[in-house]
Amino acid sequence: MAVYRYPRPASSDITPRRLFFSRRALLGTAAGGVLASGLKPGMAQADAPVAASARGWPAAETPTPRDDVTHYNNFYEFGMEKSDPAELSGGFHPRPWQVQVDGLVEHPQVWDLDALSARFGHEDRLYRMRCVEAWSMVIPWQGFELGALLRAAGVKAGAKYVAFTSVVRPSEMPGQRGGLFSLRWPYVEGLRLDEAMHPLTLLATGVYGEALPAQNGAPIRLVVPWKYGFKGIKSITRITVTDKQPPTSWNQMAPEEYGFYANVNPDVDHPRWSQSSEQIIGEGSLFRTARRPTRLFNGYAEQVASLYRGMDLRKDF
Amino acid sequence: MAPPSSGRRRRSRFSPLTRQVFLYLFCLIPAVSDIAQGMANTLGPNPVSVCLHDFGRWAFRFLLISLAVSPLRRFAGLDFMVYRRPLGLLAFSYAALHVVFYVGVARHFDTHVLWKDFTSRPFLTFGVLTFLILLVLAVTSTRRAIIALGRRWTKLHKLVYVAMILASVHYAIAFKTWHTEPFIYAAIAAVLLSLRLVPKPGKRTV
Repeated sequence: MAVYRYPRPASSDITPRRLFFSRRALLGTAAGGVLASGLKPGMAQADAPVAASARGWPAAETPTPRDDVTHYNNFYEFGMEKSDPAELSGGFHPRPWQVQVDGLVEHPQVWDLDALSARFGHEDRLYRMRCVEAWSMVIPWQGFELGALLRAAGVKAGAKYVAFTSVVRPSEMPGQRGGLFSLRWPYVEGLRLDEAMHPLTLLATGVYGEALPAQNGAPIRLVVPWKYGFKGIKSITRITVTDKQPPTSWNQMAPEEYGFYANVNPDVDHPRWSQSSEQIIGEGSLFRTARRPTRLFNGYAEQVASLYRGMDLRKDF
Repeated sequence: MAPPSSGRRRRSRFSPLTRQVFLYLFCLIPAVSDIAQGMANTLGPNPVSVCLHDFGRWAFRFLLISLAVSPLRRFAGLDFMVYRRPLGLLAFSYAALHVVFYVGVARHFDTHVLWKDFTSRPFLTFGVLTFLILLVLAVTSTRRAIIALGRRWTKLHKLVYVAMILASVHYAIAFKTWHTEPFIYAAIAAVLLSLRLVPKPGKRTV
């Protein structure tokens, strides 16, 4: 089986484990002063970040601290605050879990999560994650390509899109109880078939080397690194191959704010945020946030731009 | 100026100014606490946004409290008039911190980005207008300004009602979805503002 090579930072760019865990302490003691001058902990270590940016990679391409990845989440099923998913997901049971694969496929099937893992395994993928709210992380996922599952299911001729459905469990997910103004449940998402088949598109079952915590979308979620984070539907229960563009949750909520494609694009602003730059979570200080320019397709243009050739990205945002 | 219920009130050991200063400093505790926690890195993954939003909410709260002072005196006979100025200044101080965190810490004083923000994003436009009003009210809150402006001072400071409405809109539309809290704040604001519409007995409208 061919291993897909995707752009990732050189190992020299990744913060060593020891240094990584001392970052918090460093941040505490240095508060302001040193950090405000733009110096990042670990930078003194080597000129690796400089070399990295010379290869066209943003200077600070180090994984976001695990604590930040697991405690700064948008997962409205558990609540609207970033801290809610970690705090309020204790009652969620990600196992046992089944994923139904159906629609325009040769072999519709209900997969047990363990069967999926046994069949497709998992590999490490270090991806940038860009939220539509203009912040970003770098996350070490474990998972398998969605394309592998779709190929196994046998996509029928005439299929054009893939629809995803998340879980509805109001008893375990406080954000799904009541809530006058909340999203409609279940959360639904969709991709064009070629996007779904793209080797960058991942079904993640782990993060930081461990099974996904509830707040990150346990036990299985979508990761599409060149799109805004809300496309990455969490706790997937159903994957349906279809010939019609499926509805997507945020698009239903506010169609003028969230398009079907939701490709990261610094030139197409959100009505509430400029998308030209992003705050790097886990870096910076209380007195100066860390920011960097946002890149078209979140820096994955080389891999995915061809999917959108001839399209007006302002219209199909 | 004798408050209607002054007879029942105990005389304080401290001068009004001392009490005003004490209230002001005491109410800065949330700001000090946020900044201390932020520096100790115990505010979570995005301390800047926690501070930014906390300061905004505190500004709103003090605006509400300062607007409750005169209805409390009129309808409940409770006189906190001496604290109205520090409460108003607290609203302004927290609003100023909120703005400084947005403009400086989050946006790095990037005037190009800020101008685009303020002109193209409705919730920020509402926020800027609110702050400009509070700024004008704060600089004209000195005794000297009150004397210099005379009757116009009362008129000018009615702008606080406009600020209250603008702030309510700013807060309500700042989120991706409708949140409950802004509507609770707006409801309190609506009550406080509508109390001003109750006609005063024995006083004809001019």
